[in-house]
Amino acid sequence: MAVLRTILYLLVYPGILFLFVYSTFAEWFDRKVYARLQNRMGPTHTGRWGLLQPIADFVKLMSKEDIVPERADKRLFTLLPIFGLAIVSTAGLLLPVWNFDLSAPGFTSFPGDVIILLYLLSLPTLIFFLAGWSSTSFFSTIGATRVLTMLFGYEVPLFLSVLSPALLAGSWRLAEIARFYQEKPLLILPNLLGFVVALIAVQAKLERTPFDIPHAETEVVGGTFTEYSGKKLAFFRLMTDVEMVVSAGLLATVFLGGFPGGALLGFAQFVAKTLVIIFFLSLMRALTSRIRVDQVVSFAWKYLAPLAVVQLLIVILIKGFLS
Amino acid sequence: MKVTIPIGPQHPALKEPISLRMTVDGEVIKDADIRLGYNHRGMEKLAEEKTWIQNIYLTERICGICSHSHATCFVQGVEKLMEIEAPRRGQYIRYLVSELERVHSHLLWLGVAGHEAGFDSFFMYTWRDREIVMDLLEMISGNRVHYAINTLGGVRRDVDETQRAKILGSLDTLRKRTEYYLMIGANEPSFVARLSRVGYLSKEDAVALCAVGPTARASGVAQDVRKDDPYGIYGEVPFEVCTADSCDVLGRTVVRVKELLQSYNIIEFLMKNLPEGPIAVKAPRKAKPNEVVSRYEAPRGENIHYIKSNGTDKPERLKVRAPTLANYAATVKMLKTGFIADIPLIFAAIDPCICCAERTVEVVDARSGEERILRFSDLRRMAGERFEKISQKRNTAWPF
Repeated sequence: MAVLRTILYLLVYPGILFLFVYSTFAEWFDRKVYARLQNRMGPTHTGRWGLLQPIADFVKLMSKEDIVPERADKRLFTLLPIFGLAIVSTAGLLLPVWNFDLSAPGFTSFPGDVIILLYLLSLPTLIFFLAGWSSTSFFSTIGATRVLTMLFGYEVPLFLSVLSPALLAGSWRLAEIARFYQEKPLLILPNLLGFVVALIAVQAKLERTPFDIPHAETEVVGGTFTEYSGKKLAFFRLMTDVEMVVSAGLLATVFLGGFPGGALLGFAQFVAKTLVIIFFLSLMRALTSRIRVDQVVSFAWKYLAPLAVVQLLIVILIKGFLS
Repeated sequence: MKVTIPIGPQHPALKEPISLRMTVDGEVIKDADIRLGYNHRGMEKLAEEKTWIQNIYLTERICGICSHSHATCFVQGVEKLMEIEAPRRGQYIRYLVSELERVHSHLLWLGVAGHEAGFDSFFMYTWRDREIVMDLLEMISGNRVHYAINTLGGVRRDVDETQRAKILGSLDTLRKRTEYYLMIGANEPSFVARLSRVGYLSKEDAVALCAVGPTARASGVAQDVRKDDPYGIYGEVPFEVCTADSCDVLGRTVVRVKELLQSYNIIEFLMKNLPEGPIAVKAPRKAKPNEVVSRYEAPRGENIHYIKSNGTDKPERLKVRAPTLANYAATVKMLKTGFIADIPLIFAAIDPCICCAERTVEVVDARSGEERILRFSDLRRMAGERFEKISQKRNTAWPF
């Protein structure tokens, strides 16, 4: 029974199948919100309200010709999209969803899993860098260096801001952090500053406007993905979508009190809370213009990192006050 | 490590083919080179084969965005050659279309600037409002792009009372939206951070490099043919020349948005003071031997047509100097400072219309760097020689 449950967990929910379906839905939601904010319709054609459009895009990309550049490192070039998708899907397993019970935890919940999750969410950046670098084209190389340059900006604020609620909860285990805030919902409020910082940092991690610098089409064509096409590009796109869902899930767990209430209610909470976060991300995407890579680093260290430290200070003060 | 990256001839930031060779060190631009000649269309030669009337429609097709600018510039010159003058009502309608075209061109540019800066919402909004102007142009002329409203000695279509009311009514919406864009363009932090102090062109450089239009005006050079050398009815229309002192892309954006507001005033003036009378006079078929230079302030800057007649119904020579060509020298200067991220913005900020400016084929020898201008016959001979030199592929069998 436990084996069957594990297999279901890995393959169906919240494993690869659910992540695929839900991340395409999240992409549809993001596109629709973005389009409506721009006075456009967004996807309407495929499926009801265009719901199947991201899946159709995925299928179409899968059927396209797959070109590997002559001078690229062929093995690395081919393996990177698969690695990337595997990494973010693994990260998705660590989210405390689906009838999660602290008294009988599964193999995916353990003290320190928040660190593992953050680590797994850092790896896609490295994947993007390697993808750009191994393509050997000028535009890809520039995109790759931009990926790494940006990493120095947003990574530290993201870690600081995600870890400060964990500090307040006194645990480095996602399920326990979520439970702490379910029991004391008022303590969510002091973390608002960290939530804002984390939202901006996640936006940068996902490389969306205003941080879509590594693949800014008007500057460096496709950037990191210039040489990618067909199946590999489809995998990268799916990977970005899954990464968005997982990041939204992480923020919902640590800042919005997780997903309590058993299988159905927990699922509903997961959908609602991740969609709220994705809505904020889409809003940010619609309201800003792309900034330069040097501006990202200076913005991150002038504003994001100090704000994250202030958040840490607030948490420490509250912790002292509570005890 | 210095590398040269090719922006163009095919690149997402460019809507038309041109090649910018950027030498970069990391993200910083060290050198810039501009290569033209991907879009030669032989229009000036073609103009010599066509009659004066046919040439109006040919010159209109020099550019898709400022189609009316080229046609009007040509018609103004030919009218001077033929010693006729369009009646005042005809002139009012002609320059009404000019100003509407300026509005649609500037709104289009604002959208392009937004897109180049990665601000797609701005792009979508300005292009939505551009539709209002496009609809007005369609209502007046029947066409959205090539209005074909000019004819020698006036215009081809009149504006009636309902159209007048509709144009005046649309101006309110456009004014409100444009003021909103001015607010966004000058206040949205990420947008301003991208535009300010990018593509610096000092006033001295703007004058020395003969920059024209909003590029020059954003560097503080109050230069506008409508004011300096008023043609048509511009002598009697009140308007201001908009300038900015910031000398950067932000300044060029602000100048264009302010010009939009000025254009609305001009349109309002033209519509409220539209004189009665005929819209066109009959033009002769031939023009006496003479030559003329016609100047016109296109949305992108000063447009010059040189026309020479030889007494027949066809021009002896037509020479077009599109505003984009005048701005290339300044562009190279501007591109030499800044980051890779600034390239599309700086280049877009002159509102380039590459196909307007292409005139000759210049061939650069890749090995020696020697440049020479080739005639079509030379090119054909070279193609023949090259074709003969290609050895037949071995093992290629005729499939049938």
